[in-house]
Amino acid sequence: MTAEHLDGNTLAGPLGELFAVDVTTATGRCANCGLTGPIGSLHVYGPDPGLVGRCPGCEEVVLRLVRGPGRAWLDMRGTVTLRVDLPD
Amino acid sequence: MGGFVSIISRGFHGRRRDEGDRLPPGQYLVEDFPVLSAGPTPRVPPERWEFAIDTEAGVTHRWTWPEFLALPQETPTVDIHCVTEWSKLDTSWEGVSLDTLLENVDTAADYALVHSYGGYTTNLPLEDLLDGKAWIVHRFGGEELQPQHGGPARLLVPHLYFWKSAKWVRGIRLLDDDRPGFWETAGYHNYGDPWREQRYEGD
Repeated sequence: MTAEHLDGNTLAGPLGELFAVDVTTATGRCANCGLTGPIGSLHVYGPDPGLVGRCPGCEEVVLRLVRGPGRAWLDMRGTVTLRVDLPD
Repeated sequence: MGGFVSIISRGFHGRRRDEGDRLPPGQYLVEDFPVLSAGPTPRVPPERWEFAIDTEAGVTHRWTWPEFLALPQETPTVDIHCVTEWSKLDTSWEGVSLDTLLENVDTAADYALVHSYGGYTTNLPLEDLLDGKAWIVHRFGGEELQPQHGGPARLLVPHLYFWKSAKWVRGIRLLDDDRPGFWETAGYHNYGDPWREQRYEGD
């Protein structure tokens, strides 16, 4: 059976509308099971009605992104931290 | 023969006119049945399936799969409208009316929070589940409801956008206060009336 979910890197474009950095390369920690890894490794469902990024370890929701006309809603309650590598 | 053709012709035009009246604003018709998912498809074997209604007083009413199938069955044919703008006319289902399931449930609650296997939730006023407006369905188009469409059983509330018709339904919590569900806390409208085009929060 083929995977039902999309590749986590499909988040790059939609999240790129909101963030100045590429969040798919940032390291997230799952609020449910504590697994850490790049946001681009999430199991992504959607894109409609919204993008749902789930932890590849426990399948809990890590983030949700809904894009409506003229606005977007981002829910990151499933992420404890995001580590973003930046220049010194 | 000529009469036959004119009946078909009249029927065809009549149907097209009806279809226009039956299409809410901003929707288009589909013939297939698109699958939208917010997570992996749960696989719930009938022997493990149960449906429960929890009241605001903490009383739980439960049905096993055989108990649920033994309830009076209805066969609604309804139009469904997805917030992603597709509508499908004359879909035929089989299942149990929420009027039947709530018949012996003592409640004064105003709201319902529907929850599913897999963790999905959606909220609606309790009155939107009553008076022949909602069912728990287990058959679609004369066949068992397939897992990708919410089988073994899903909620069917066709007068609201279809995200309210929770797939893989597991139970309903009756509440005194409204508690927004999965999409309702992520930008989608709290009520979701397709005829008023209530797609997003603030519409």
